[in-house]
Amino acid sequence: MDAELIAMQLFSGIALGAILIMVALGLSIIFGMLGVVNFAHGALFMVGAYAGLWVASRTGSFWWGLLVAPIAIGLFGILIERVLIRPLYGRSVDDPLLLTFGLGYVLVEAVRIVFGSDGIPFQTPPELSGVADLGIGFFPVYRLFVVGVVAIVLVLLWLGLEKTKFGLIVRAGAKDPQIMRVLGVDIAKVWLLVFGLGVGLTALGGVLAAPMRNVNPEMGALVLAEAFVVTVIGGMGSLLGAVVAGLLVGVAISMTALVAPEMATIVMFALMAAVLLVRPQGLFGKKSRA
Amino acid sequence: MTQGFSPTSTRRGTLAGIAAGAATLAMPRIARAQSEIIRIGFPTPLTGPFAAEAKDQVKSAELAVKQINDKGGVAGRKVELLVRDDKLNAGEAATRTLELIEKDKVHAIVGALSSAVQLAVNEVTRARGVIYVSISQSDTINEVKDFSRFTFHEALNPHMTTAAVAKHTFKKGSKIAYLVADYAYGHEMLRGFKRAQEALGATSVGEILHPFGAADYSTFMPRLRSMRPDILCICNFGRDQANAIKQAVDFGMNRQARIVVPVLLHNQRLAIGPEAFDGVVGGANYYWGLEDTIPSAKAFNDAFKAAHDGAYPTDYGAYGYTGVYSLLLAMQKAGGTETDKVIAALEELKYDVAKGPQHYRKCDHQSVQSVLVLESKKKGEMKNPADLFKVLATEPASEDILRTCKELGFPA
Amino acid sequence: MTASTSSLPAAARAPRSPWRARLTAWRVPLSILALCLLPWLLPSQALAVNVLIYGLLAVGYNLLFGYTGLLSFGHAAFFGAGAYVTGIAIGQFGLPWFAAMLLGVAFGGALAFLVGLLSIRTRGIYFSMVTLALSQLVYYTALQASSWTGGENGLRGFTVSTINVFGWAIDILDPVKKYYVLMVFAAAALWFVSRVLNSPFGAVIEAVRENETRARACGYDVERTKLLSFTLSGVIGALAGTLFALHLAIVPLDILSIHTSGMVVMMTLLGGAGSFFGPFVGALAFLLMEDVVSLWTSHWQIVVGTVFILFVLFLPKGIWGTALAALAGRGGR
Repeated sequence: MDAELIAMQLFSGIALGAILIMVALGLSIIFGMLGVVNFAHGALFMVGAYAGLWVASRTGSFWWGLLVAPIAIGLFGILIERVLIRPLYGRSVDDPLLLTFGLGYVLVEAVRIVFGSDGIPFQTPPELSGVADLGIGFFPVYRLFVVGVVAIVLVLLWLGLEKTKFGLIVRAGAKDPQIMRVLGVDIAKVWLLVFGLGVGLTALGGVLAAPMRNVNPEMGALVLAEAFVVTVIGGMGSLLGAVVAGLLVGVAISMTALVAPEMATIVMFALMAAVLLVRPQGLFGKKSRA
Repeated sequence: MTQGFSPTSTRRGTLAGIAAGAATLAMPRIARAQSEIIRIGFPTPLTGPFAAEAKDQVKSAELAVKQINDKGGVAGRKVELLVRDDKLNAGEAATRTLELIEKDKVHAIVGALSSAVQLAVNEVTRARGVIYVSISQSDTINEVKDFSRFTFHEALNPHMTTAAVAKHTFKKGSKIAYLVADYAYGHEMLRGFKRAQEALGATSVGEILHPFGAADYSTFMPRLRSMRPDILCICNFGRDQANAIKQAVDFGMNRQARIVVPVLLHNQRLAIGPEAFDGVVGGANYYWGLEDTIPSAKAFNDAFKAAHDGAYPTDYGAYGYTGVYSLLLAMQKAGGTETDKVIAALEELKYDVAKGPQHYRKCDHQSVQSVLVLESKKKGEMKNPADLFKVLATEPASEDILRTCKELGFPA
Repeated sequence: MTASTSSLPAAARAPRSPWRARLTAWRVPLSILALCLLPWLLPSQALAVNVLIYGLLAVGYNLLFGYTGLLSFGHAAFFGAGAYVTGIAIGQFGLPWFAAMLLGVAFGGALAFLVGLLSIRTRGIYFSMVTLALSQLVYYTALQASSWTGGENGLRGFTVSTINVFGWAIDILDPVKKYYVLMVFAAAALWFVSRVLNSPFGAVIEAVRENETRARACGYDVERTKLLSFTLSGVIGALAGTLFALHLAIVPLDILSIHTSGMVVMMTLLGGAGSFFGPFVGALAFLLMEDVVSLWTSHWQIVVGTVFILFVLFLPKGIWGTALAALAGRGGR
């Protein structure tokens, strides 16, 4: 096996990890702040992809879809938090999980009703199609673009959390919502925005993934399982953990694909089980969170 | 750029069919008599990823029933189709089949759209001595272990399709790379292709098994590329196939190799679009374009179009038609629904209802029939939205492309 | 119900309403009576058998989720293990049906013990995730081990058409006879679960659910309690699996999928987590809803999902739990 092939494989793994990061990050932000495990996250990824497709077909431009869909679905996320999740605060931690589990069913079926159950083609935008020569081999331009977009989003997110007042409140709120309330911060409003942000991120992941995988109503199910694995490995609620674990899982899948391709799916669950046994709170997780 | 699309609404026709099925549940049970309606149970995955194919199956099966009824039915008795949603789940399918047999007292079952579902229905009907016409692809159902004398396999099997596709795409010295879904159906397709490859003097440059149901195939592409094949053979089905082809094209694989698949699906090609499928070659049981050469295909297309606002019948839909039609023809010959007589009639039956001559081979009850080798058309070549494929070749109906009865484990 | 009442021994926390007390004392015979009537009340016997099997699975799950407070997302593993081992034992080793069932239950129980051992080390959400991951591992293992399990095609070739009970041959292809044969096992399991809940152990698991720290402070071995509850729950699930195998005479790979696990959670919650007969009511409601709704629209999932959301929001005690509370005229469970 030559070095170029391994380098290419590594690169495929990183590109694969980029999408995982987008989804896992949203899941992790919502959990870290609200303590809610969002089982509808995969369905919202799928809804994001359909929204992107719809906007793109209406405007004739992929770029509008990429910009508008995540914002629109993020607003939809805010609505979900306000109407469905908020009544559950103060009840068992399992309740929001169960509710979003049901919500996932509803969203998938709603998309089937509106767009049909067959799936719809989503062509790679022409300016991003084709392959680029990386020196070690050829790689689709679009996948390079995805890695770039995710990197930019990560930088923006980091700046937003570290350098703004809102970021400060979010970070503090994740540590101790009680104190924030005492300090006079309207924590409910922060939670609303955080939920919207998390949903917007997964919707962005959906739009980005659509030209690679086409869109169909079931596309969220597999992604949800992958995102859970990533967040659990990284530590639920840890943003750094989501990023590191996303890359780790992407690379683990691609390296397994090289040596034992039929094991490429099973490897991530094995990895997750192994991490949890050694470090139950995940690589970057805080022990107290349950 | 994205392709234009329009939201599709639910198909009322199918729902009406299901509602009709529901209505029969409420009817008082009539004693079995000569005048009794002949009930055919039809489990099919109305929900799930193959819902479009399933709905086409229902439409085509209903058309067959209607045509028979219009001509006076079977021995003076009317025929009725009881459609049930098997949700593409073998357990659900087995339950629905039990219901059809135990409660609705059906006279036969036709249907299924996955290997697992068909084997489950086969198991239930075998234990209870109910005739079953299977319309889903599988090699396993031909083998002696799963053989049921009550079961007839109307669909193609992977061995046939791969033999036909290989014959018209593989050449002496071709270098072939395989990307194979890691489950029984994938393995069956690989086995068929490799057997043909050997006979044709082509060579394999590598095989990669991928997990069943994977969404991303990018991690397999660098290795496939490094194998430098002339032909990339993608042995999977449905969404797996669509995603694998699309991503192979993204990685530029179609520029160095021809992409070949065992089965090209009409609805899958519609869902993914002409760009990704450009030049892809694969097998099929039916394509409406057959009407230029085969009169029965023309008649089927015309009847289907008349019943469904000009829509064309599709591959898996045609199975619903040929499967139900052959069963009803045999019942007509047998003069009713008596199981042994119908089995004997099916074994003797020669039929040509949509795609040229067909008959069920006696040992394994496999329908001997033609296999089409199709190539996906470019957007510019399409004369109408349903004009998806060129017929490259038609492999005639012959037992030569089947495994022999002996090989399947039947006594010679 | 507050933590202090539930950590008292079983006898002391007998329901206050005489109605409830009588219902609780007679819960096993009443449940069995209801199950006896089931095939005659539902549209088909096949549906009745499914309610029986999934109801039993949910009863086992309820022991863990409803009574011990552990939200597992991997119960498909034990259900599937019971079914697969029964089918393999009959089909490949030619074991008699009863021995195959015993083996299925034992194997499912052992698997539950193992998964429990690993997963109870984690808490809260992590527990749900670990059970999910481990059950996915079981799913993929079954997919890969196709020479044993039939892989994606499912396990076949073990149809049992007649069974002998003390020289009495019963044709279990007959749907009614089959139902009552399977019901005997479900009834025995219900009696067993009732005994467990009435025992001191039953009080301890509820104490763990209400307040783990307090239970620990009271000197209970919380880990052992959880593990035992997990294993028992898996044993009941595996028993349901063996009944599934006898009923359908196939084991589809889907039995191990996350959808099965999710369905059990939904059934338990719809019926009423933490109530004795609730899971059966939940299984009945879920399957009936699916059966009826899917006859008039192929979009039955949107109805099921919406109903489930409404239950989480407004009726967290489920159908049975709410009915019991209404009967008692007070908020207690």
